[in-house]
Amino acid sequence: MSAAVIVTDLVKQFGRFAALRGVSTEFAAGRLYAILGDNGAGKTTLLRALAGLTPLTRGSISMLGTTDLRSVCGQLGYMAHPSLLYDEMSGMENLRYFARLYEISDRGQNDEDRCADVIRAVKLDPSLTRPVGQYSQGMRQRMSLARALLNDPKILLLDEPFSNVDLRSAREMVTLLTGLRDAGKTIFVVTHQAALLEGAADEFVWMEAGQIVSRTSDLAATTETK
Amino acid sequence: MSSVAGLTRATLAKDLRLEWRSKDAINSMLFFSLLVVVIFSFSFDPTAEESRRIAGGLVWVAFLFAAVVALNQTWAREMRNQVLDAYRVSPAPPNALFLAKVIGNFIFVTVLQALMTPLFIVFYNLRALGPAYQLPIVAALGTWALVVNGTFFAAMSLRTRSREIMLPLLLFPISIPALLAMVEATGAILTGEFSARFWIVLLAAYDVVFTIASLFLFGLVLQAE
Repeated sequence: MSAAVIVTDLVKQFGRFAALRGVSTEFAAGRLYAILGDNGAGKTTLLRALAGLTPLTRGSISMLGTTDLRSVCGQLGYMAHPSLLYDEMSGMENLRYFARLYEISDRGQNDEDRCADVIRAVKLDPSLTRPVGQYSQGMRQRMSLARALLNDPKILLLDEPFSNVDLRSAREMVTLLTGLRDAGKTIFVVTHQAALLEGAADEFVWMEAGQIVSRTSDLAATTETK
Repeated sequence: MSSVAGLTRATLAKDLRLEWRSKDAINSMLFFSLLVVVIFSFSFDPTAEESRRIAGGLVWVAFLFAAVVALNQTWAREMRNQVLDAYRVSPAPPNALFLAKVIGNFIFVTVLQALMTPLFIVFYNLRALGPAYQLPIVAALGTWALVVNGTFFAAMSLRTRSREIMLPLLLFPISIPALLAMVEATGAILTGEFSARFWIVLLAAYDVVFTIASLFLFGLVLQAE
């Protein structure tokens, strides 16, 4: 199986604190990776580095065969801890704007249709007119996921997608993610709720003090070694 | 090119919509300018001749300080929920975002000027003795100088801890040549004592240089952590 992402000797320092300490590994295409670890282990920094949001102190990232991350950012979907949405606009208005940034209409799909499709995919109603600021936390998370899916990305980077989401909605999100994985997308999920991904994730990647300390397909094995 | 123009339009429309709904920038700018007009009109009791001499400085100081409020708001909006990161991970060119922000701020400050100018005229008994048609040219060039630099430096100070303080510290010194040109050109037009042509040309040159420099450097500012 070809590698979708290859990271080599990633180091990220914030002042004297090293958030990533020489991470080197490969991630195959079409798999769902759960990135686990305690607070401060470097999970979010790794995800931000993959998204091209964090300039690296040292090391390199090759994504979809290139180290120029800017050239592949159109094939990346990124969901952060904050919603990355404008509170004063409705979900549809938000997505319409982001659809323009990705020039969805140039890919032969109508902006409106694509926005409505991804909103429905996360089990929300595209006709909701109230601003995102008035959504519940769970709805905001789902709309944030819809934004990350908008450009039909080959690689999905999701930071805590299940936080503040009720169990039923979280399971629905997992079903959606496994469907996307089965469709060939490479998915990285940073989470503290690893149990939700049991049976869904292909690999559990455990991080500790800025390093990857274990990779296994069995969640129980991951937690036993910790 | 068409992509930059289209994305600039989309971002500008989004910013205008957000401002229309929140009215954050325009309300604070109006309040600040009104305060300046009223306080100065009580502090001085100038004759029409004196008014014409000081009005250039007074008007532009009011607009400069008011513009700083709008400039801080523009980027603060992008920092809420870290929406700026969504732009940074997209393939959209940084220049489209910058141009949209500059044009948006230009519109806000121009609306402010349109609302405040009648008040300045009434409170300070102003009448242009020089070529009045040059006033809108000075206003447009001067406003562009303020917002192009202001938008750039507001973006630069975005991630600093005290960005409200950083912006004036960065913006005011670099705006001195433009401010001098705006004040002198406005004074020249109001008093009719000398030609404003040199100051207008200086202002136009300043605008061209700083617009090109900001467009060239904004990508680095946007991608900086």
